[in-house]
Amino acid sequence: MKIIKAETITREVARLCQEANFFLGEDVMNAFKKALEIEESEIGREILEQLIENAKIAKQKRVPMCQDTGYTVVFLEVGQDLRIEGNLEEAVQEGVRLGYAEGYLRKSIVEHPFRRRNTGDNTPAVIHTELVSGDNLKIIVAPKGGGSENMSKIKMLKPADGKEGVIDFVLQCVKEAGPNPCPPIVVGVGIGGTFEKAAYLAKKALLREIGSSHPDPEIAELEQILLQKINDLGIGPAGFGGVITALDVNIEIFPCHIASLPVAVNLNCHAARHKETVL
Amino acid sequence: MVKHLTTPLTNEDLESLRSGDKVLLSGVIYSARDAAHARLVKLLDEGKDLPFDLKGQVIYYVGPTPAKPGKIIGSAGPTTSYRMDPYAPRLIEQGLKGMIGKGSRSEKVKEAMRKHKAVYFGAVGGAAALIAERIKEVELIAYEDLGTEAIRRLVVKDFPLIVVNDIYGGDLYEEGQSLYRKNK
Repeated sequence: MKIIKAETITREVARLCQEANFFLGEDVMNAFKKALEIEESEIGREILEQLIENAKIAKQKRVPMCQDTGYTVVFLEVGQDLRIEGNLEEAVQEGVRLGYAEGYLRKSIVEHPFRRRNTGDNTPAVIHTELVSGDNLKIIVAPKGGGSENMSKIKMLKPADGKEGVIDFVLQCVKEAGPNPCPPIVVGVGIGGTFEKAAYLAKKALLREIGSSHPDPEIAELEQILLQKINDLGIGPAGFGGVITALDVNIEIFPCHIASLPVAVNLNCHAARHKETVL
Repeated sequence: MVKHLTTPLTNEDLESLRSGDKVLLSGVIYSARDAAHARLVKLLDEGKDLPFDLKGQVIYYVGPTPAKPGKIIGSAGPTTSYRMDPYAPRLIEQGLKGMIGKGSRSEKVKEAMRKHKAVYFGAVGGAAALIAERIKEVELIAYEDLGTEAIRRLVVKDFPLIVVNDIYGGDLYEEGQSLYRKNK
């Protein structure tokens, strides 16, 4: 039986917290370069150039690309045949504590929704755990900025609202968000399941590589339709106007109740931070 | 064309600015975001003095990352401004001349900007490492207990900004987006 020590998990989480904040994903960098060729607005192109320059500085100096180093969201895929020596939950929280201290990352979590005293170490992380077959442990660290998270929405549509209803809701969400979530954005959409499942799927959709498509051709087509319609809103880089408002739209789906069509939209800023490892 | 401005800002400075203008700002600016704004307005309500004189000044909505050893500040990009909308008109009435952030402002803030002459500058959200290089001095002047949300006096050199809302009612978000909007 494979044994993984809690200390190993802590070290890996600490490393991933920092790397996710210092190093822009290659898929995002490629999307910026492609956007630079397409963007018609002069200010829009300048913004994209600044974002490319910013990513280079962050990488070279090992500093956060954005000052909002996020709510630390951690996805764990735990192989059922694996044994963890020590406490998994505490190992992850300790990793966040260590990573945010070592990396000079901002601590943005307050301990109570109303009393709002900063916890001082960016814990607790939000941890999503899934049991899978095998004996591997996959850790994905996805620091999520408050600006784009605040612009996210969920709605319980009627089955009769169908695809059109989903399109209208996603567009309404992006339009109302306007310049706030730091466009060009990545749009994660969760369709189906229950109220909380749809929100979880929307968040998970943000982990997919930019430029990837859903395996279901009908959903892949919907991703393309939404991307076009979002870019036709004209919001543009930083919201100053332009043809690139989103870099990608990723949809995840799940079976629904006969009465329901839940849809959740989780917006991400252009940084779309996430780093992963498999132990 | 890029306009060079130095703080404190005067009404004459603001009269020459139009939404969409690119600005390189130099001089002293003050950092403040959610929690600091709540405290500033509470002081005004109680008739007390603020930790700094607002006249002609510029507030930057930012909560920087901690400085690495040997550095004066960490990454320091703008935060979303609408959360400061409930407080901004009070500060504008007191002589605040500029705000730096990202995202749209409320009608009440825009009205206060026109009435009392103040502008809203957009900085590029997410360009935090780049912006930090333009910050030359940092001094914590109030609310140390707020950590990243404390008020800091920053000296900036050629901070790259775009005028979003001018004193004439211009709004770059509305104007810029309408040029590229293809549906509805």
